[in-house]
Amino acid sequence: MNAALQATLEFLKLYWAPLLCGVAVVAILPLIVGYIVLVERKIMADMQARLGPMRVGPHGLLQPIADAVKLLIKEDIIPENADKLVFWLAPVLSVGAGLLSLAGLAIGPAFQIAQDINIGILFVVGISALGIFGIVLGGWASNSHYSLMGALRSSAQLVSYETAAGMALVSALLFTGTLNIKSIVEAQSKEGIWFVLLAPVAFFTYLVASIAETNRAPFDLPEAESELVAGYMTEFSGFRWSLYFLAEYTNMIVVASVATTLFLGGWLRPFASVHGLPGVHWLNFLDFVPALLILAVGAYCVVRVPKQPTRVQQLFMLVVAGLCFAVALVLAAPVVLPVIKPSLREAVAPFYSGIHGGFWFIFKVSLYIYFFMWLRFTIPRYRFDQLMRLGWHFLIPLSIINVLLVGVALIVGAYFHLHGWGLLLVTTPAAILALVAAFLILALEKQHDARQEQTAASDFYAG
Amino acid sequence: MGADELVINMGPQHPSTHGVLRVKLKLDGERVIGSECIIGYLHRGVEKIAENRTYQQFAPYVDRMDYVAAVSSGLGYCEAVEKLLVVEAPPRARVIRTILTELQRIASHLLWLGTHALDIGALTPLFYCFREREEILKIFEKYCGARLTTHAFRIGGLQYEAYDTLEKDVERFCKDFESRIAEYESLLTQNRIWIGRTKGVGILTAEDAIAFGVTGPVLRASGVKWDIRKAAPYAAYDQYKFEIPVGTTGDTYDRYLVRMEEMRQSRLICLQAIENIPSGPILAKVGKVLKPPPGEVYHAIEAPKGEIGYYIVSDGTVMPYRVHIRPPSFINLQAFDRMVRGHLVADVVAIIGTIDIVLGEVDR
Repeated sequence: MNAALQATLEFLKLYWAPLLCGVAVVAILPLIVGYIVLVERKIMADMQARLGPMRVGPHGLLQPIADAVKLLIKEDIIPENADKLVFWLAPVLSVGAGLLSLAGLAIGPAFQIAQDINIGILFVVGISALGIFGIVLGGWASNSHYSLMGALRSSAQLVSYETAAGMALVSALLFTGTLNIKSIVEAQSKEGIWFVLLAPVAFFTYLVASIAETNRAPFDLPEAESELVAGYMTEFSGFRWSLYFLAEYTNMIVVASVATTLFLGGWLRPFASVHGLPGVHWLNFLDFVPALLILAVGAYCVVRVPKQPTRVQQLFMLVVAGLCFAVALVLAAPVVLPVIKPSLREAVAPFYSGIHGGFWFIFKVSLYIYFFMWLRFTIPRYRFDQLMRLGWHFLIPLSIINVLLVGVALIVGAYFHLHGWGLLLVTTPAAILALVAAFLILALEKQHDARQEQTAASDFYAG
Repeated sequence: MGADELVINMGPQHPSTHGVLRVKLKLDGERVIGSECIIGYLHRGVEKIAENRTYQQFAPYVDRMDYVAAVSSGLGYCEAVEKLLVVEAPPRARVIRTILTELQRIASHLLWLGTHALDIGALTPLFYCFREREEILKIFEKYCGARLTTHAFRIGGLQYEAYDTLEKDVERFCKDFESRIAEYESLLTQNRIWIGRTKGVGILTAEDAIAFGVTGPVLRASGVKWDIRKAAPYAAYDQYKFEIPVGTTGDTYDRYLVRMEEMRQSRLICLQAIENIPSGPILAKVGKVLKPPPGEVYHAIEAPKGEIGYYIVSDGTVMPYRVHIRPPSFINLQAFDRMVRGHLVADVVAIIGTIDIVLGEVDR
């Protein structure tokens, strides 16, 4: 008995920090997701000439909490003919996979729950892909045609697009030679250039594939509400449904983080290589941008205070402004202190990399997610066969050709001893070549399709 | 999976069957191999009700058929009864009728565009369309107090005189509207996904369209230049210049283009009409009690969705002996099966949207 307690304590001593982080992620993530949804609704409203949620709290700021409460107290329905165990398990599986893959991600050099896994990126991608089991099982267990079709579409979509995404990741990984997430970012820091510039085609491929993988518009076929009601989620309601919802947004965060890590320099500031240099470089003004940005938001809140209709809202605005100022102070401290007192430079360095790394990482992830939302409100939905054609006839050939050409470019680059921005000399032609080749294949496919259609057209109405 | 057929019930509770349409789809995988529309969930027996109401009492009922284009239905009914009574609405009434009906056509097409785009997955056009539709509904509200089921016209003309700023309101709307159509088109017309989802989908050839008795934009998109506003002008349409847009292939994309152009033409008609609204009475002398001479009449107008016709039999009493309504939605829906065969499930919603049905009118 005592030995078991001892062992548990030993275990906790070793792993208290990751465990705490895990608990924090599980506790905070639903809140973050809730607010991502609110932001999405606000952005959607802005693009659609309306206001969006305005009722719960000032400017609808408490809407996510109201939604969460509503979902929690809703009646929990399991259809009579559903496979109850699988129906219960499926959403848990989905959300579990999403949360687990967050563990591998590094938000800044200091924040990583599962520290230094040597197969980091593979772990994240692999685990997040497991979430598809939740969707397929959920669709199957609901015993409904719409759910089944949604689940089938989802699995077909994931299989096709995971290939393209994987190939895109490989193209970027060729530059680093490691799967460790920290090393990938450090490699970009060493080269002084983000891989999005070195492998633009791979980034584009990953961008498209990641939208398809997370079932977001215009690839949201598994849950296309105008066709399949809600796809695999049709029979789910209340808390189970919200688990699927949580999984979807967690997956969005995961793919955005993977893209940020691999292509957008992770937690690195733009032109991060200038930061460490002695002397004053004009690009170092970027160090002050985060603090100024948040400061501006806070100032805007203060300006808006007199315009709020009720006292509560005025107070709320002031609180928000105060929070902004506090965050701005935290962001400003590590960059302003060395300017005032140069001897402190060494002391604040870890704070700088931690705080500003976190800011830039979250900033890039937000931009990536914003792009997802922007697409969703702008363009219509693909049809299933078109989606498959885009995947198999264009993205997969493109990504495979790109891997080959990036490899060739790297060999040529090594031959000429090219580094950093110099690598662009070889990778840009490679990217252009890959695009040309992929479009050529697409054109050939189209010709082939047209010929086949001509022969098939005669007996189209025969059935 | 084997090659078993899967039967799916789409509706009557489904987000994109535009009300309570129920479609039984026979699927092979995702491909549709057969379909059957089951209607009647909104049946109210409008034609039977007509037999127990006086001519004036029945007028508001027709607004409840195509409730998103109530003004057009009302115009058809009023003109049909006028034909039976052998009276004519005064010129001023006819011009105001034309303006309101064309505004209603724009409003109806806007609703169609928004929901059609939403069915195909474009979320944003819906709100842009509703923004403009709201302006039109505001004009209706100012004119007759109601926004949706307006009952704007009376047998023999109008009940209400046009309010003071009607012309100005219509002109302002028309001025803004040109750039607004361009805005919708910038979102859709050249969009590769939109073209991919609509081109070659739900093709209806001209012969098929005529054989099914299809009318309105659906017929014109198939390349048949048939518009009652030109073929048998009513209200004040003979005074105005406008084009009838026609399509070539009769696919969903053509129907989209035809309706977009129709909105532009309706805008032009409105602009021409407000320039010169004749003065004079707004109601012909019809008397308080309408007793049309025994006989029968068929009168059809070009509603936003197609030809809406009223066949009225009078036996000389205050109530019609029989009223039959030819609703465009109901008849256009008959071509649905021909249009969806061989397409995918995703195309089914696109085709339901492109026919532009209102279930209130289908079921009556």
